[in-house]
Amino acid sequence: MTDLAATDPLPKPKRDIAPILLPVALALLMIPLIGSTSSWLTLTAASLAMGMMIFIMASGLTLVFGLMDVLNFGHGAFIAVGAYVATLVFAPFAASVQADSLWINLAVLAPAALLSMAVSGALGLVVERVLILPVYGQHLKQILMTTGGLIVAEQTLYALWGPQIIPMPLPTSLRGSFILGDVAIAKYRVLAMLIGLAVFIAIQLVLNRTKLGLLIRAGVENREMVEALGYRIRRLFLGVFMTGSALAGLGGVMWALYREQVHASMSDDLTVLIFIVVIIGGLGSIGGCFIGAILVAMVANYGGFLVPKLALVSNILLMVAILMWRPRGLYAVTSR
Amino acid sequence: MTDLLKLSGVHTHIGRYHILQGIDLAVPEGQVTMLLGRNGAGKTTTLRTIMGLWQASSGEISLAGERIESRATPDIARLGVGYVPESMAVFSDLTVKENLVLAARDAAMDDKQLEWIFGFFPALRRFWLSRAGSLSGGQKQMLSIARAIIEPRKLLLIDEPTKGLAPAIIVALIECLKEIKRKGATILLVEQNFFAARELGDNVLVMDNGTIVHRGEMAALAADVPLQERLLGLSLEAHQ
Repeated sequence: MTDLAATDPLPKPKRDIAPILLPVALALLMIPLIGSTSSWLTLTAASLAMGMMIFIMASGLTLVFGLMDVLNFGHGAFIAVGAYVATLVFAPFAASVQADSLWINLAVLAPAALLSMAVSGALGLVVERVLILPVYGQHLKQILMTTGGLIVAEQTLYALWGPQIIPMPLPTSLRGSFILGDVAIAKYRVLAMLIGLAVFIAIQLVLNRTKLGLLIRAGVENREMVEALGYRIRRLFLGVFMTGSALAGLGGVMWALYREQVHASMSDDLTVLIFIVVIIGGLGSIGGCFIGAILVAMVANYGGFLVPKLALVSNILLMVAILMWRPRGLYAVTSR
Repeated sequence: MTDLLKLSGVHTHIGRYHILQGIDLAVPEGQVTMLLGRNGAGKTTTLRTIMGLWQASSGEISLAGERIESRATPDIARLGVGYVPESMAVFSDLTVKENLVLAARDAAMDDKQLEWIFGFFPALRRFWLSRAGSLSGGQKQMLSIARAIIEPRKLLLIDEPTKGLAPAIIVALIECLKEIKRKGATILLVEQNFFAARELGDNVLVMDNGTIVHRGEMAALAADVPLQERLLGLSLEAHQ
């Protein structure tokens, strides 16, 4: 095979770093516009924390989109359910939540988060089997079914917990800020950043270092060929769907603590942001989702500070700008 | 010679289109059966229907005597059917190695088999850790075929492997497929390239409008230009 001689130069894989530089450039661009360094640092920290929480909620959805081409408009239900389940743990242990010890606080927070993930994941199993399985490949029906499912979930939460907003106070040791010079960074935001980063690293390790991850990446790109190699992608999808639902539940707990309140329609505004993140990141791309979430949060925070009147449309403008630059998102994984 | 694969009265509908209109064919074990026909005759649909990627609306498909027309694609693959689609469908985000790891399924890759594959496709060794998306068209085709043969398969379904490739790469591919044939593989091969068809085929099936309109020995069709023109609209030589 002479034309493929071993002397051919090895093609260097192209590293597409432009999307990674985008949030960095945006942050640097904001320094002179915001003026005060301490305000800029506070806003940047807030953006990163908010971005991490949105990433946690959106990561499962992007894989579901990419892997099975399923439009799940009911993803917000997992967020709300996760938050409500956490209140079940917080309420009887209110004294531990208000204790001054970090370890006692974590002894409530960790089981609450795990239980929320378990319940949201289990709900994901039911939703996939009951609502999504009958409408694979039918986008319009998927939208109708999952939107209907979201309404049913919200009304069920109203019926069980009532229409009032439920307070969800931050554990005492997570209140307050770290003071660095004249900059104050809220402790909870630092925790949110760390958890978001840990989730991102864990997903990347699974996707890049395990055979399961190989299958998911291959399935996002060409699920038909994965099946032709002998793998049951439906089972894989169910696993990804449940994991995505569980992560949405975790995101719900974190968001509820961030806002210090829970209500049944808490995910309505978030769902718009999550869809924007998934679209601008590129369907099925975890890296794109991560950068997209940070960008969306930055635009919301910087935009809200500089031009409050544009806050409502700023993320739509961001999406339009990114899609004009890269019509299939920051990192195109699928051909859709 | 027993028939490894048999299709009887297979119909396939895609949406409102009736593509396969009663296919009857047999693929003898250990032989290469060419599936020829004009564009749109239903060749790719036949392979996809066998693979379960499109469900047959009626008819019987059996592999080694076992009915498979109602089985899901992964089950058919696990019965020992390898599939090389026309689009090659390599996973471009994965490395060459990762593509082959997935193809080997539950088993570890057999080093001897891998060396044998590298003998034909040295580029795969060289680009072992490169992303498949960075390979040339010919190299992707090699990877696609390597993926189908990394494990022993009872039957290989290969769809136009030479399409769009440079002549030198076509020659190498033909050599590889000949070697696979010599090892006793059973292959159903869709091919438009006359040279490849003549070199590889033991038997030939010609399709038109979703039905088999001719079956016989490849050598006989290769020698009969008027028959080629009647069945295919032009001679096989003109298909190159």
